[in-house]
Amino acid sequence: MKGVNFVDLRDAGDPVELAARYDAMGADELVFLDITASHEKRNVIIEMAARVAEQVFIPFTVGGGIRTVEDFRNILLAGADKVAVNSAAVKNPDIIGEAAERYGSQCVVVAIDPKRSGEYADGSPRWEVYINGGRTPTGRDALEWAREVEQRGAGEILLTSMDRDGTQVGFDLELTSKVAKSVSIPVIASGGAGNPHHCFEAVTEGCADAALIASIVHDGHYTIQQIKSYMAEHGVCVR
Amino acid sequence: MIAIVDYGMANLRSVEKALQFVGANARITSDPAEIAAADKVVLPGVGAFCASMTNLHGRGLTDSVIQAIHSGRPFLGICVGLQMLFAEGTEMGITPGLGIFGGQVVRFFEKGVPAGCEDLKVPHIGWNSITPAPSSRLLAGIEPGERVYFVHSFYPAPEDPGIIAATCDYGGEFCCAVEQGTVAAVQFHPEKSGAVGMRILRNFVNWE
Repeated sequence: MKGVNFVDLRDAGDPVELAARYDAMGADELVFLDITASHEKRNVIIEMAARVAEQVFIPFTVGGGIRTVEDFRNILLAGADKVAVNSAAVKNPDIIGEAAERYGSQCVVVAIDPKRSGEYADGSPRWEVYINGGRTPTGRDALEWAREVEQRGAGEILLTSMDRDGTQVGFDLELTSKVAKSVSIPVIASGGAGNPHHCFEAVTEGCADAALIASIVHDGHYTIQQIKSYMAEHGVCVR
Repeated sequence: MIAIVDYGMANLRSVEKALQFVGANARITSDPAEIAAADKVVLPGVGAFCASMTNLHGRGLTDSVIQAIHSGRPFLGICVGLQMLFAEGTEMGITPGLGIFGGQVVRFFEKGVPAGCEDLKVPHIGWNSITPAPSSRLLAGIEPGERVYFVHSFYPAPEDPGIIAATCDYGGEFCCAVEQGTVAAVQFHPEKSGAVGMRILRNFVNWE
């Protein structure tokens, strides 16, 4: 399991300070997503990545407002290990393959934000992919999109359930396990973590390769060590 | 001064910042004179073996690196920087390496995935525990079972098992660090391995 942290640049405090703290607390990887990202803010993100790289020596992913392969390059050069792309991948799927070819699949993370929307003919739930920070429905089926991004060269999927995000009631295990079983690349479960048991569920029943946590550690409800200890006690191999 | 060899491939900034973090005066350079004058040399790496060798040759740095290795100054190879020290790479056909160590750099599960390991993915990405050789200077103080961060599809198969400084298990045991005299190299990324990685880099920085 990988304990991944999500840092919301808007209100979670100084991301660099937080990152250094989570590194010291035993986080395995960090994820920085600027969900307010706009074209003008890309330089802010690159500068942040550079500052993080001066103090944080665990792998980290940066995303938000990525539009071009050049954006990938700048973020990697700043010292990030992976770049997350979301809306741009839906609008221009070729960016996934181009970035993977140039920098390797291992640094291409496709973030997918699905929301429950209707059912398939057999009555099982269907999820639709949303973009632009969850504001715009795309009509794309989340499972199909997950398979497509893998084929195009994505190295990892960051799967954030829009239905669960911010609720702290637990990950959407049905969504997570369906996506994880549809692809052979790692899937990071995101959205809904409220306690250590939720993280345990994400990597067991949810079949995720990692659980991403944000507010439960930002708010100080739990420490990373508490979550890891809980998982280890329940038989999940953690660092 | 520690020279970090820039041959146009690797993520040099992370290596530079990590070395500085543990107190070293580290500098990224592609100047042969600076590499020759450095107290220690680091050859980092990310990417494909054959492209890395091509770039090293293309930038006229091959001799500088070989001289640094033979000079008796502490030398550290990281990831592809380790792989290039071997005689041959096998990524996209056979490519000659620097030949400091005998042996090939081979792909995971070339001869098939071992039974029960069908879920293991290539590249091997993530934290994994290592077993250092007690004699390793670079890995002094690192306990068996401590975890470091890997991103790779290939690993070295040294002809001389005596140079193995650490092993790791991924569908079977593989060599993840080598050391001989003042030349050390690791397949994992100490610059991304948190506190354990910083201890390893500190060992290198303090290596006289």
